[in-house]
Amino acid sequence: MTSPTTSAPRSSAPAPWPERHRRLYGALDRGAPLLAALALLLIWELACRLLAVPSYLLPTPSAIALSAVQVPLDSWLTHTWATLRVSLQGYALAVLIGIPLAVALANSRLLSRTLYPQLVIIQSTPIVAVAPIIVVVLGAGDAPRVVITFLITFFPIVVSTVTGLQATPPAMLELSRSLGASRLRAVRDIQLPFAVPYIFSALRISVTLAIIGAVVAEFVAAENGLGFFIAFSTSFFKVPQAFAALVVLVSLSLALFQLVSLTQRLVFPWSLPKTEK
Amino acid sequence: MTTRMEPGGERPAIRFDRVGQVFTSSDGSRVTALEDVSFTLRRHEFVAVIGPSGCGKSTLLRIIAGLVRPTDGQAEIYGLPVTGPREEVGIVFQQPTLLPWLKVRDNITFPMKHKHGRVTAAEKERADQLLEMVGLGDFAHKRPDELSGGMQQRVGIARALLHDPDILLMDEPFSALDALTRDEMSFELLRIWTERPKTVLFITHSIPEALLLADRILVMSARPGRVREIIDVGLARPRSMQTLSEPRFHDIANHIRAQVFRPGALA
Ligand SMILES: Nc1ncnc2c1ncn2[C@@H]1O[C@H](COP(=O)(O)OP(=O)(O)OP(=O)(O)O)[C@@H](O)[C@H]1O
Ligand SMILES: [Mg+2]
Repeated sequence: MTSPTTSAPRSSAPAPWPERHRRLYGALDRGAPLLAALALLLIWELACRLLAVPSYLLPTPSAIALSAVQVPLDSWLTHTWATLRVSLQGYALAVLIGIPLAVALANSRLLSRTLYPQLVIIQSTPIVAVAPIIVVVLGAGDAPRVVITFLITFFPIVVSTVTGLQATPPAMLELSRSLGASRLRAVRDIQLPFAVPYIFSALRISVTLAIIGAVVAEFVAAENGLGFFIAFSTSFFKVPQAFAALVVLVSLSLALFQLVSLTQRLVFPWSLPKTEK
Repeated sequence: MTTRMEPGGERPAIRFDRVGQVFTSSDGSRVTALEDVSFTLRRHEFVAVIGPSGCGKSTLLRIIAGLVRPTDGQAEIYGLPVTGPREEVGIVFQQPTLLPWLKVRDNITFPMKHKHGRVTAAEKERADQLLEMVGLGDFAHKRPDELSGGMQQRVGIARALLHDPDILLMDEPFSALDALTRDEMSFELLRIWTERPKTVLFITHSIPEALLLADRILVMSARPGRVREIIDVGLARPRSMQTLSEPRFHDIANHIRAQVFRPGALA
């Protein structure tokens, strides 16, 4: 295939069009996600208006934005902080308990044979169904919500960390043994660093699960929080307002997800796949 | 854990007494890696081990290193049965086994960090000298994945030399190197060995390499691994490029080739 510009003088022309074309294409490629999102919002808005969908079924993006502005900033902050607080507490608990537990499971056949099946049972239990019981047992306050969040986030962390610890090349453990180092040192200096990529992929998944956990808990029993706010809004048929809270939740989730990714990139740059460096 | 003891005068550095090693895999099948292996290494002797792939050379090294307990017979270091890893042994593994998150220099000092939790300034300095010696002076602050396979293997060699071990076990340390670097490293190893005498057990697939380096060559047979012959090299030291053209060099090389490639030897 020949392009019309192959014969054009290269020096004087501003840029041969395949070059310009490529640049435009590059810009489009970078902006594609944003453009797609805007297009979707536009279609949503137009569809709702043209088909006259009632706002209690599906509000338009503009109606959602409007209701978001109508809610006082103060109450947004209160609800967001309540959800964030519970999520982070449950998440932190899951990390602090999950990783050491994974180390124990990966290094003890007895523990992994006795404890692992029970963990699977906990994971298989629908936490949503257990949530009301937890609330009854633990009473008011953050405690039941933190525990529910913990239960939802904890399992992926344990499983992924165990997988990572066991993925340590045996030759590396042999090196450690040949040096006469203790098991504890082998875990700290060799196994845990090898598990870092696995741990972080679990940390990313779990941080979004933590938001889900907090919201589920707030549906069951709470007096503030974004989950509570959604339940409250829908019960008064303020559907646009519920949607606005949903947008805040999604943003919160994405921000936390990115924060975990950023932490990995800054603290453990070597743990990233080569293409992401 | 490790037994500290003064290197004995007349006692052999390493002794294998009818050592056998049978591995049982998880499905119950058994592999005889070593059978009735006996030999001794005098103190500060350089012995090369040669034999077909899978004949149990690495297993033999692991037994001396205290990483594997033989299922039969006994291995001794300075007259004491090997019960676990020992301080005076340095190992160069068949794979470089570098930690990908540590810079090259930190990989070399890793044994100290791992054992004692800290690295002294003197050790760091020695690490830099060793890096210089293996031709990687400019790579101290690179990560292993920025190095070629041969360069990684050289880092592994430097790491094993850090604590100046009295017994050095090397599992095909030069196999990832190109021919030129290989010769260079061989002479470097001879220089180190002459300067700081040590007992060296050197596994290789290269007959010329074994001849160039070793006092004696232990030729092994294919599975189950047995000692087929122990050959006195008897080439004058110091060895140099000229050694390669001596008639005796070729005689022994041909002899070993005939041994290793004897019909059935690779079966
Ligand atoms: N941990 C183990 N479990 C089971 N079998 C093993 C184990 N280690 C080694 N073997 C078996 O023992 C035999 C000898 O292995 P070894 O690694 O010692 O051979 P090698 O002579 O070093 O081979 P190469 O020259 O290819 O490195 C092989 O058949 C191998 O499959
Ligand atoms: Mg081997």
